[in-house]
Amino acid sequence: MKLTPQQYISRRWFFEQCGVGLGAVALKSLLAESAQAAAPADLLAPKPPQFPAKAKNVIFLFMAGAPSHLELFDNKPELKKFDGTLPPPELLKGYRSAFINPNSKLLGPKFEFKKYGQSGAELTNLLPHLSTIVDDIAIVKSMVTDAFNHAPGQLLMNTGTMQFGRPSMGAWVTYGLGSESKNLPAFVVFSSGKKGPSGGNSCWGSGFLPTVYQGVQFRSSGDPVLYLSNPAGVDTELQRDSLDSISRLNDIHLGVSGDPEISTRINSFEMAFRMQSSAPELMDIAKESKETLEMYGAEPGKPSFANNCLLARRLVERGVRFVQLYHEAWDQHSALVKDIKINCQDTDRACAALIKDLKQRGLLENTLVVWGGEFGRTPMVQGGDDGRDHHPNAFTMWLAGGGIKPGVTIGESDDLGFNVVKDKVHVHDLHATILHLLGFDHTKLTYKFQGRPFRLTDVHGEVAKQLLA
Amino acid sequence: MHQRRPIQLAVAAIPLVGWLCLNAQNSPDFARDIQPVFEKSCYSCHGEKLQSAGLRLDQKQSALAKLVPGKSAESVIYKRIAGVGNLARMPMGGTLSETQIAAVKSWIDAGANWPDNVASTTPKKKHWAFIPPVRPTFPTVQNAKWVRNPIDRFVLAKLESEGLAPSAEADKVTLLRRASLDLIGLPPTPEEVEAFLKDKSPAAYEKQVDRLLASPHYGEKWARHWLDGARYADSDGYEKDKPRFVWFYRDWVINAFNRNLPYNQFIIDQIGGDLIPNATQDQKVATGYLRNSMINEEGGIDPEQFRMEAMYDRMDAIGKGMLGVTIQCAQCHNHKYDPLQQEEYYRLFAFLNNTNEATAAVYTPAEQMKIADILRRTREIDSSLQHRTPDWEARMSQWETSVANNQPEWQVVRPEVDDISTGGQKYIPQEDGSLLAQGYAPTKHTVKLTAKTTLKNITAFRLELMTDPNLPLGGPGRSIKGSGALSEFRVEAAPAETPDKPQPVKMARATADINLPETPLEPVFFDKTDKKRVTGPVEFAIDGKDETAWGIDAGPGLRNQPRKAVFNAAEPITGSGETILTFYLKQNAGGWNSDDNQNNNLGRVRLSVTNAPDAAADPVPVNVREILAVPRAQRSPAQVQTVFTYWRTTVPAWKDENDTIAALWKQHPEGASQMVLNERAKTRETHQLIRGDFLTPGKLVTGGVPSFLNPLPADAPVNRLTFAKWIVARDSPTTARAFVNRLWQAYYGIGIVETSEDFGTQSSPPSHPELLDWLAVEFMDRNWDIKAIQKLILTSATYRQSSNVTPELLSKDPYNRLLARGPRFRVDAEIVRDIALSTSGLLTDKVGGPSVFPPAPGFLFLPPTSYGPKVWNESTGEDRYRRAIYTFRFRSVPYPMLQTFDSPTGDSSCVRRARSNTPLQALTTLNEPLFIESARALAARTLSEGGTSDAQRLNYAVRRVLSRAPSTAEAAELLQLLTKEQARFSDGKRNPRELAGVDSPQAAAWTAVARVLLNLDETITKE
Repeated sequence: MKLTPQQYISRRWFFEQCGVGLGAVALKSLLAESAQAAAPADLLAPKPPQFPAKAKNVIFLFMAGAPSHLELFDNKPELKKFDGTLPPPELLKGYRSAFINPNSKLLGPKFEFKKYGQSGAELTNLLPHLSTIVDDIAIVKSMVTDAFNHAPGQLLMNTGTMQFGRPSMGAWVTYGLGSESKNLPAFVVFSSGKKGPSGGNSCWGSGFLPTVYQGVQFRSSGDPVLYLSNPAGVDTELQRDSLDSISRLNDIHLGVSGDPEISTRINSFEMAFRMQSSAPELMDIAKESKETLEMYGAEPGKPSFANNCLLARRLVERGVRFVQLYHEAWDQHSALVKDIKINCQDTDRACAALIKDLKQRGLLENTLVVWGGEFGRTPMVQGGDDGRDHHPNAFTMWLAGGGIKPGVTIGESDDLGFNVVKDKVHVHDLHATILHLLGFDHTKLTYKFQGRPFRLTDVHGEVAKQLLA
Repeated sequence: MHQRRPIQLAVAAIPLVGWLCLNAQNSPDFARDIQPVFEKSCYSCHGEKLQSAGLRLDQKQSALAKLVPGKSAESVIYKRIAGVGNLARMPMGGTLSETQIAAVKSWIDAGANWPDNVASTTPKKKHWAFIPPVRPTFPTVQNAKWVRNPIDRFVLAKLESEGLAPSAEADKVTLLRRASLDLIGLPPTPEEVEAFLKDKSPAAYEKQVDRLLASPHYGEKWARHWLDGARYADSDGYEKDKPRFVWFYRDWVINAFNRNLPYNQFIIDQIGGDLIPNATQDQKVATGYLRNSMINEEGGIDPEQFRMEAMYDRMDAIGKGMLGVTIQCAQCHNHKYDPLQQEEYYRLFAFLNNTNEATAAVYTPAEQMKIADILRRTREIDSSLQHRTPDWEARMSQWETSVANNQPEWQVVRPEVDDISTGGQKYIPQEDGSLLAQGYAPTKHTVKLTAKTTLKNITAFRLELMTDPNLPLGGPGRSIKGSGALSEFRVEAAPAETPDKPQPVKMARATADINLPETPLEPVFFDKTDKKRVTGPVEFAIDGKDETAWGIDAGPGLRNQPRKAVFNAAEPITGSGETILTFYLKQNAGGWNSDDNQNNNLGRVRLSVTNAPDAAADPVPVNVREILAVPRAQRSPAQVQTVFTYWRTTVPAWKDENDTIAALWKQHPEGASQMVLNERAKTRETHQLIRGDFLTPGKLVTGGVPSFLNPLPADAPVNRLTFAKWIVARDSPTTARAFVNRLWQAYYGIGIVETSEDFGTQSSPPSHPELLDWLAVEFMDRNWDIKAIQKLILTSATYRQSSNVTPELLSKDPYNRLLARGPRFRVDAEIVRDIALSTSGLLTDKVGGPSVFPPAPGFLFLPPTSYGPKVWNESTGEDRYRRAIYTFRFRSVPYPMLQTFDSPTGDSSCVRRARSNTPLQALTTLNEPLFIESARALAARTLSEGGTSDAQRLNYAVRRVLSRAPSTAEAAELLQLLTKEQARFSDGKRNPRELAGVDSPQAAAWTAVARVLLNLDETITKE
């Protein structure tokens, strides 16, 4: 990621020839239009993938807290049959659980399942909207992870390890592909639900990668980005005047110092100014048609997961590379029936709408949508008869668009939904697959740190070929 | 970059790749072309140390079994390295280059000739960094006049060999600003600049360096560098991310730099300070370095798993931050590149593994004096009583005899914990039958404990609340003060044969060794209800009311000791066989937010039963009982005194004295708490963990050091203190180098070794190897004197060069590795803030103290942005404008301004910050509230102190911010802005108060100008 001397020279040339003396306004348009000119110093300049990619962008719908696969996707009639009995002892050998004694009674699924679409995908009756687009998505019933506590599980799903200090998937992707947007961050994060994600900022951190790759948290109301609005008493003209003065003074000093970093600073201020208008424009979902708002269940001015889904589409339209929506609400240790219903009401319509909307706009082809949480939930009961504990051995996710084979269900868990028995997809494999769709051999997207090349998948990961279109 | 099949590539690439052209006719030579590839990329798993899949590529026979001479397509070795077939491509973690793959292919195709006389490994020279540094000879230079001290000789020699000349010396103002930002992290005041300009003496600059090194702000600047590597933060991390108390450690680091604690002692205190004989509070506080690891207390965790994570983190921090060697890899397997074996990793680990995760009460010097005073006055009263009572020893013996056998026999029960009842808290069984509460701490729960006993006619139950070094301040509770409260104590009994029909046991009476008056719960335990909630005597635990609890908080200095209560059944529990007892310990006295420090739980409990009649809680404290068990003749004077101190309270005639002493102890300061380490009484075994998994322990190991580093002193005990001393031993090859390199990095932006965390075989080669060694040896020879080395760096001609750069020099040396110019780069996040506060005159220059809460958007600390609700009470008054090192650091919600400017979160050790330049930074300095307040303050100050004309004022403001006067062009630009904005603010359409805080268009226009100044690249750059 270092600049070659030639790059320095070209940048130097650019500012000598074009920057200094032309004034900031001219500079601004030059910078905006000439990605080439700005590129040498720019770690975020668009970069080609390693091979032609299916997906250009990713929207990750992170269902934090870990949704129950047994209530949503993974129909287990046998589990129903054995409701109230103890699980077979051999199943529990070496099994660790978070809260319960693993030797707790089995709890039958709480909702009815039906087959939908041409693909005949099986879904619970809690997801009426998703059921209308099952032929556009690929359901993976054989997800496996290593973690059974939230923060480590979310970190593993995001960074490929339970340890802190590693780059997140969004950071890796941005590092690999750069940004298509000149006015918005390349990696944007939203949060809705009851709480923030357990892993905190590290879920979208840049780890040891340059910090420009870290996710930027957007808010779905008010200023989307911190300190976006001018301070009180500063109108647009004063802001522009101030920026012009700053740029000119920086220009003057560049002439004295010769340090190209000053021109990068000028560039940063100009992009900040552009962001001041582009970000509010982005957030203004009131401009969307009534049909669109209805399709998502989005209401302008009222923060929700639905609004965030709509914003995710708008971000992708504007060239934002990686969008992650956290909805932390799925940790049903108790009140499983009531809370999972609420969660589905809060998210089902918007998730389905996002797929439909991307599709009708021709964006689904190169936008990969991923839905899922950090692990699954135990077939065993927690508490009386209305809760499930954390479960890493089997859970369900779905993917759509961006080179994913539509209308398939892959993998199987055993009769109790406890272990995966077919086509296991570990979190590392999911990462390898996502990178593959983005045009990367996951073993080759590396960054040298502490004397060795690191990668998202560490030493693991196989592309899940059944998922590829 | 498109991926193609390697075979096609090899063919297509022949005309392009020189190496292949050369070798296309002659097949590759094994020793020259193939073996080095195997050695570099394959031996680590298929060699002497490890034989994955049974394959050794350093042995002919083993290797040839995996290939078919002449047929690469059928050879496993080729298929695996080329990625042909379904099996994982080798080597793991990175593929061979196309050239290398092609070479192996043609070697196999040509018959795989492997001469027998080729040695399996080429003799290796020890990696430079693992050989202790020796003082190098000075190189000869042509321009010897330029040399001010030995540093310059090394730098100049390199420059001359590259055909470069040093830059001219920077002008005095630039130089002072550079030195000031480097040493204290604050720009010089205009007065300091003035004084320096006036000082024409040859030692003028050196005097400034001395002044800055002696400044109390020096420690604030340099502590921050250290705290990055020490992964300092004010919260636990992970999901709960609760506030923690570690600022005493932060202040210890600041003070250590300020008093120039030698680096070797600095390290010894942090790794083993508690083990130094008669360790001071400071030395114990220093071990906070190790405790800066994150703590996971999310519900449902296995505390041991995350203790191990913390251990790995400590190892990583020591590796990166002290040894300059990355050791993390060896957690799971032998280090792939450096000669570190996995076993050696766990031998290092063993030094650290025998500790308690403790917190200690800590006191400021004034508080320590107060405590000494209380102790002295207590002792005086005791002495005077003893003096007045010549037969006190006989009377005390008499008392001792009277209590010697007055306790019933108690039988400890070892209950099973009902997992659902714990609210996520882990009750971990201890050897003595007690249960230690760890992990998540719910603020309200009722734990259900079930035990079987053969004791007949049970009459009473005893609950012991025990202390434990792993509880806050040693316990016996889990509140941040180590206290706790018991809302209700209930027992059910059932005959073992009919366990389904338990009968509640009616309690007749409760006694305890502490019964405090009824007291409302502290505000920290507010639970958002309007109920009156109190603690008080032990009867509160059997009164059937959840809002009343037995309280044990006897106040500071007295609260952290074991307590006990006895509950007497109204009727003995009859029955012929075994009895199943179910205990319910209701703990409802916590607050509303379990993601904050609001629990009021019991920390370590033990239950016993008796069938003696009329059992009551023993009023004699546990530690006194322990002494009474020692034969009188063998008791130390201190033990005798301890017994006296208790016995004295039982003597009715001494009521006045007892009351006086009790009143004295009421004055005991609360103090603060600090996370520390201390050594376990019983040694914890350390195992090598298979693949780094704590659930699969392998071989047992003892403390030891890697063979490629300096040996342990032969006669030293194998403990943490020895380990600490080993790190800073004179013959350590990396320790001194790593530290001087970090100093260099702070001054020049890049270290002499760029990878400052890693000096291993994969590190980047040093730009000036002899200089690095010279600095390291000089540092050690000067008794690890940090300030002395810094003064050398600062007074060198190298440092004093101008940082202006020509295009030619830029193209020849873009990163300034050769140092033909001075350093120029944006200052660290904290200093960006400090510059705005100090140049505007807002800065509070108080050193040390609890962390503060400058303005931040409130929503960041609330769900759904933050996991749980966090408290961020914005500081007002002087704490609003403290230096950024004092800003409270939540790991999961980093302070936005600091995060945007690349300050690390403390999640893991960081010894080399990124330095980005982004639009979000621009938005921050343009619009963030404290930057605006700074602009306002600078404007106000400019108007009141800056002179009478706008030109004078501008000169004043620019000199405050940039230390220098504006050029004509710069002044023109700024005055034009001033004039325009003053006119606009005067047009009646806009309210100047909004920006300036006062109804003055002039003040508003000056605020706009000040804001521009605070946003210049030069303002936040050291140049």
